Amino acid sequence: MVEKRLMYGNHALVEGIIYAGCRFFAGYPITPQNEVPEYMSIRMNEEGGVFLQTESEIAAINMLFGAGAAGVRATTSSSSPGISLMQEGISYIAGADIPVLIINVVRGGPGLGNIAPAQSDYYQATRGGGHGDYFTITLAPNSVQELFEFPRLAFELAEKYRNPALILADGLLGQMMEPVEFTFEPIDPKTLPEKNYALTGCKGRERRVVRSYDLRSGKLEELNWKRYKKYQEIIKNEQRYEVINDNDADLMIVAYGTCARVAAATMKMARDKGLKVGLLRPITLWPFPKDKLAELGARINNFLVVEMNCGQMIDDVRAATRFRPQIHFHGRPGGGVPNPPEVLKKIEEILGGAQ
Amino acid sequence: MKLIFGRPAGLTEVNQRYCPGCGHGIVHRLIAELLVELDIRERAVGIAPVGCAVFADEYFNCDMIQPPHGRGPAVATGIKRARPDCILFSYQGDGDLAAIGTAETVHAAARNENITVIFINNAIYGMTGGQLAPTTLPGMRSTTSVQGRDTGKQGYPIKVCELLAGLDGPYYLERCALDTPKNIIRTKKVLKTAFQNQINNKGFSLVEILSMCPTGWGMTPVQSKKWISEVMSKYYPLGEFRNRAKEEK
Ligand SMILES: Cc1ncc(C[n+]2csc(CCOP(=O)(O)OP(=O)(O)O)c2C)c(N)n1
Ligand code: SF4
Ligand SMILES: [Mg+2]
Repeated sequence: MVEKRLMYGNHALVEGIIYAGCRFFAGYPITPQNEVPEYMSIRMNEEGGVFLQTESEIAAINMLFGAGAAGVRATTSSSSPGISLMQEGISYIAGADIPVLIINVVRGGPGLGNIAPAQSDYYQATRGGGHGDYFTITLAPNSVQELFEFPRLAFELAEKYRNPALILADGLLGQMMEPVEFTFEPIDPKTLPEKNYALTGCKGRERRVVRSYDLRSGKLEELNWKRYKKYQEIIKNEQRYEVINDNDADLMIVAYGTCARVAAATMKMARDKGLKVGLLRPITLWPFPKDKLAELGARINNFLVVEMNCGQMIDDVRAATRFRPQIHFHGRPGGGVPNPPEVLKKIEEILGGAQ
Repeated sequence: MKLIFGRPAGLTEVNQRYCPGCGHGIVHRLIAELLVELDIRERAVGIAPVGCAVFADEYFNCDMIQPPHGRGPAVATGIKRARPDCILFSYQGDGDLAAIGTAETVHAAARNENITVIFINNAIYGMTGGQLAPTTLPGMRSTTSVQGRDTGKQGYPIKVCELLAGLDGPYYLERCALDTPKNIIRTKKVLKTAFQNQINNKGFSLVEILSMCPTGWGMTPVQSKKWISEVMSKYYPLGEFRNRAKEEK
């Protein structure tokens, strides 16, 4: 039988990172994710791994660049303002095709904002975030179980495509307590395959260079097209989502992370009232599950996008459904969290008006 | 025929693109010789800066990485902690190390991170066309201080060795120069110590090298050397600022 334990989200995330065979963590404290480095410092010590509390998020992401280039699994965790500081480094990492894991426990913004849960970094997470043509594979967990499982998935995708991966969470998920099933055996880092780009010293082989620049005429253009092809592969192969009650739905809620939990509760209340509501939960925010949405958009007339921001993912929903259905929005920016009654009210307005 | 002077195995066959009389090429050669002499070329990972030496990743015949401007010590830390058997050297200019990368420099030193930092102080931003550097001398001209550095408006230079010597962390700090053959020989000896410290797991070593930038300074190569001897090394005195090996004795 698989082991089951009641855990805090932030602790499950740390265990998930350790279970994924990652033994390198660098980060700078910021609320609401401080339990991650705190618990990580203890766990890395127990596992003989590397834990570095850095002088800044800039240093942290560059340490990840080094560790990732040296071929080991490496993670940093932060929250919105810290992730903004990392963007230059993430751009270099993407430009050098190095897999690393970045966790953003999103808080209210812009600026210092507040420490309440938010989803206002969606654009930043799904459009690259820093300078240049690149994307980061972005996963959005909505349970403590997924906080445990997604680091492994993120590393597998990151390494398969040689690309940085991001887990986008929020403070609510981190503070939540839920049972976690330890669905896989911990990965021993020693069993992970050697990387053919890793900087290890050039004994017995040609020297290797890790860099994001190329000043030779036409070369950088070529490299960007090559990376573009990789992104097309990821878009084709890796769209992940959960879909519930779409068969008879008059309205589909589209929501991820904490909002998807609110949406699931709302859907149940709506169904109890006889309203045919379904839910599409994107699990990968990049690549966005646009193929599934295209299919749903062709046959369902109403969509309600619920986000903890002023409306960011809604652009992707509009584009994926080709602007055919009615797309409605319920959002709470600046650290506001929508609750099921207010979402239900919105649904009743939409479907009442539509009937 | 006996070969008495050639390209050391620590350098690739690529032709370096530095200006005539530039100090970078001299330091590259010294490092390359040491990679061979200390038998660390196959364990080495070098960090190229953002600056005129950005192409160092093509020049050194060992594994190399090219990080964002100023972040060399952080990237070196990541590699060293992940692969403690590797020998890390971070090669950086004054803008890279003492302006945009000040925090990474200071904190790597404070952690006594077991890496070797090679700091090329040419008192100017060579690559971007000769702008004011954090090490530009008072009164010295640059393209953003055409009347000379006005300390009232542009403040004072940063003396990196003196600054880091205020920390308990660093193991070894020394400033040398490339103005005379004697000083070049000394520089090689200091670089050797800095690498040996890392091999012996002693911690953070930084070698500051006063280096010619004839192009940025608007001087001939010969004038540039003379200027280091007569002016620059007066402001930035040569010598050892920290050597814990001596304290340990
Ligand atoms: C984030 C960022 N800011 C600015 C630059 C532009 N830049 C490139 S090199 C350089 C200065 C380099 O000067 P220094 O470190 O002294 O090296 P030198 O060329 O003198 O050897 C600057 C400002 C950059 N590449 N990245
Ligand atoms: S500009 Fe200065 S530092 Fe750069 S290559 Fe020319 S002489 Fe060397
Ligand atoms: Mg300079």
